[in-house]
Amino acid sequence: MADESIINTSAAVEEKKYSTLNLGPTHPATHGIFQNVLTVDGEVIIHSEPTIGYIHRAFEKLSERRPFYQITPLTDRMNYCSAPINNIGWHMTVEKLIGAEIPKRVQYLRVIIMELARISDHLICNTVIAVDTGALTGFVYLFQFRELIYEIYEEICGARLTTNIGRIGGFERDFSDKAWTKLEKFLKEYPEALKEFEHLVKRNRIFMDRTIGAGPISGERALNYSFSGPNLRAAGVDYDVRVMNPYSSYEDFDFIIPIGLNGDTYDRFMVRQEEMWQSLGIIRQAMERMPEGPHFSSNVPDFYLPPKEEVYNNMEALIYHFKIVMGETDVPKGEVYHCVEGGNGELGFYLISDGGRTPFRLHFRRPCYIYYQAYAEMIKGANISDAILTMSSMNVIAGELDA
Amino acid sequence: MQATEAKTTDIKLVEKPEGYEGAGFFATSLEKVVGMARKNSIWPLPFATSCCGIEFMATMGAHYDLARFGSERLSFSPRQADLLMVMGTIAKKMGPVLRQVYEQMAEPRWVLSVGACACSGGIFDTYSVLQGIDRIIPVDVYVPGCPPRPEQIIDGIMKIQQLVGNESLRRRDSSAYKAMLNKYGIE
Amino acid sequence: MEVNNERSSMDKTTEEKIVGIIREKFESDILSVDSPHDFLTIHFRKDNIIDLIRYLYDHPVARFQYLTTLCGIHYPDAKEIAVMYQLHSLVNNWRVRIRIFLPEDDPVTPTLTTIFAGANWMERETYDFFGVKFTGHPDLRRILNVEDMIIFPMRKEYPLEDQTREDKNDFMFGR
Repeated sequence: MADESIINTSAAVEEKKYSTLNLGPTHPATHGIFQNVLTVDGEVIIHSEPTIGYIHRAFEKLSERRPFYQITPLTDRMNYCSAPINNIGWHMTVEKLIGAEIPKRVQYLRVIIMELARISDHLICNTVIAVDTGALTGFVYLFQFRELIYEIYEEICGARLTTNIGRIGGFERDFSDKAWTKLEKFLKEYPEALKEFEHLVKRNRIFMDRTIGAGPISGERALNYSFSGPNLRAAGVDYDVRVMNPYSSYEDFDFIIPIGLNGDTYDRFMVRQEEMWQSLGIIRQAMERMPEGPHFSSNVPDFYLPPKEEVYNNMEALIYHFKIVMGETDVPKGEVYHCVEGGNGELGFYLISDGGRTPFRLHFRRPCYIYYQAYAEMIKGANISDAILTMSSMNVIAGELDA
Repeated sequence: MQATEAKTTDIKLVEKPEGYEGAGFFATSLEKVVGMARKNSIWPLPFATSCCGIEFMATMGAHYDLARFGSERLSFSPRQADLLMVMGTIAKKMGPVLRQVYEQMAEPRWVLSVGACACSGGIFDTYSVLQGIDRIIPVDVYVPGCPPRPEQIIDGIMKIQQLVGNESLRRRDSSAYKAMLNKYGIE
Repeated sequence: MEVNNERSSMDKTTEEKIVGIIREKFESDILSVDSPHDFLTIHFRKDNIIDLIRYLYDHPVARFQYLTTLCGIHYPDAKEIAVMYQLHSLVNNWRVRIRIFLPEDDPVTPTLTTIFAGANWMERETYDFFGVKFTGHPDLRRILNVEDMIIFPMRKEYPLEDQTREDKNDFMFGR
């Protein structure tokens, strides 16, 4: 009867049932493959259970099988949006182990490449935050500048994305005139496009309403979770490895560390935006103060592949080439930890060498892996759309998450 | 259809198939027309897992525009997609997910494997990486590279277009196709 | 939260100061002190490690309140699995590395999640790769590998490649 069915349905409505939503490994909004099983009450998230490991490629085990220069392509594929930073960080770790001295010019060149990589990483992250709020224009216009950055990489190392740039001891070739021209073109055209993008979005009412208050985290909580990089700086703590433990002559450059107040999505967006402006400033300073000289590498014959003309004409170079490729050079024993400021934070390489041709143990301190733990706490009580924005503003890169 | 000599336009239109033309009618075989329509409106499902996914983003961008091949609308739902583009490393943990996505796609469906990792495991010969997605799903076109340049990805799409345009309408019901699916355990 | 951005490097006097702070309370537990490549490394006895880290966290001068990383290392010759903790004092810009050694057949140690929330996944990764059990961990299960794996792959006795794959002939590839 009609009355009974009404009584039955109202009884069913009284007991509260939470539904489970699977933000699965393949999802258009998660940029990378990781899974979140959400328990939701309507639109509000009660609990979330992350699962990662869908792209675990066993980098740490793989690096115990490979000589040092063969590990560089592996480091590329961790944070593949800013691959040169990983490569140069790894090379600096090995240089610390072998005690190599790097000339000033090489250090300045490295700074230019690392800051370009940082710009390209923050570019992706910020345009993708805008895409997730519905503003697709920024993505389409700014991606054109990633092509310019790729062209600069191609002039130096030949590859676009997974660059495998540089050698232990410097670079494989000097920056050509074409590379400098392209760099100057980038420095001239990019600020205008970035300013346009910023104007579209920075004080836009829809963007601010969506992002302010989405996924906040306090400074103390972020420190307890070992956050680093733009996510920590947005929470109010000004920890930047380039300033605290400077490497590769960063102490010669003048730049500020932007910090946020609340640690929410808007702060993370603005911190990354300001860091892009600071990186442009650092590149200009490096280009102006570039020391003279033909150096693009330092003198580490045991690890630096000699140029091909010498290999074909010079006996010593041939022997070194053979020894390096076969992995017969003497590697000092020791353990060393070196960290660089990657696109996402403190990227650390902990290397233990026992004198063999491959590392005894190589551990990557991956910032993405460490700060993604806090995601479940950051989205508790938020709407699903805020959860999506928080995830894209944290710049979680699946390659670095799983390694 | 091709423009007549009187009007000139710089918009490139699709080649018309061979057939008999007359006043107000054009007769050709159904397969050719369906093939032509399908190949110029492929809806891809980008299954981007790692670095090749960023090269795919560059391919979709304004510089190497994939949309001019008809792939303007990316579908993230398998039910509405024609082409499964697997880009990046597939780990053993991800294998069942990929298989589920493939099984949910409706016929006719094609698979493009982009990148060395998807084709054969790439540089990762480890215990946790699937050595090629053709161990679990049938693949139509392989695009090697680590990562492949956007031009190579577009070349792969063009080969898929060739396959799509020349496919017989009866292929998906034929016993040879069903036997191939049975080999993978997909019914 | 203040951070000391003055580039104070860890020289001998700061290292001695830190070791002195530790010796005040844990003199008998220090196994060795070294500083390879100017990085203070302390080998410690495994029983009081959590008390040591809590002491360094709360100490008014040292204030090691940032956990940089935590990882496992397998020494097959000595039949030991070491756990390496790396701490950072942001206020003073000091870094220290502490290593404890656990027996290979039964690596058990208490969890660090009571002090640092960030140690949660780091310990899960160490469990996943080496089999180190952290007692008191809220959710100790595999994180990166498949859930039903029975071996601990980073240990030296396990091979890198999947032994059941058919197409990569080890003989042809020189393995």
